[in-house]
Amino acid sequence: MTPGRIDLGTGGTLPGMADPAQFAELAMPYMSALYAAALRMTRNPTDAEDLVQETYLRAYRGFEGFREGTNLKAWLYKILTNTFINQYRAKKRRPDQVELDDTEDFYLFRRMGGLEAADANRTAESEVLDALPDAEVKEALEALPEQFRMAVILADIEGFSYKEIAEILDVPIGTVMSRIHRGRKQLQKRLWEYAERNNLRPRVDSATGG
Amino acid sequence: MDCDHAIFRVYEYLDGELTVWKRRAIARHLDECPPCAQGYSFEIEIRRVIVSKCREEAPSALRAKIAGALGIAIPDA
Repeated sequence: MTPGRIDLGTGGTLPGMADPAQFAELAMPYMSALYAAALRMTRNPTDAEDLVQETYLRAYRGFEGFREGTNLKAWLYKILTNTFINQYRAKKRRPDQVELDDTEDFYLFRRMGGLEAADANRTAESEVLDALPDAEVKEALEALPEQFRMAVILADIEGFSYKEIAEILDVPIGTVMSRIHRGRKQLQKRLWEYAERNNLRPRVDSATGG
Repeated sequence: MDCDHAIFRVYEYLDGELTVWKRRAIARHLDECPPCAQGYSFEIEIRRVIVSKCREEAPSALRAKIAGALGIAIPDA
């Protein structure tokens, strides 16, 4: 047997066993998205690659139990998340069970003067967002405590519903909502801090009396 | 509906998680309240920016490794 290959027992596809071609066709298109999530979770390319590879191997092994019409993407993310929690996080003593300070809603928008100045320069605000370097945005997301980070990744980057996230993370929907909510606001806070440090605030157009 | 209530619910609105009636109530408030409407658009914008800036491409070596482990030919991207 080739090293690294999945043991197929008799060396072929048994009845009822996952068909590699079908599995590949369905699951491989998610690889870049899974890799991006893995990178944000592990914060390290080597661990991220290992995590994605492990996810695919586990998914393949469990593919037999996967029923057509089931949400394959959510299933893959559940495997990714569980593998991360059980394997990679075990390296650390304990997960960071941090509570986040509650921050106002529309945090960044308020900081940019959004709610006060009805005429605030919307283009300038968008420009500030576009001016944030990719690396800073990734870092800000990766800096979130793990439980909040996972919820924000699943909701905002992957677009899963609250219900799907609750199933992926195995927590109640109320917990999902609170984690997404707090995580997002914390993320905005970090982005704002970066913008301030680097003088990226939107310029107020004096002609409009702002 | 007042602004505080609208802002409290606006994230669920944004996430498409509200019932049709609550959606209508928020939509009505956003129609009538430009600051809240702009705050809402800004949240959409932030999300767009975060998604686009956090994109990654799986390394081709990883693709090859996984395909190899599964014993399949590497599918195109």
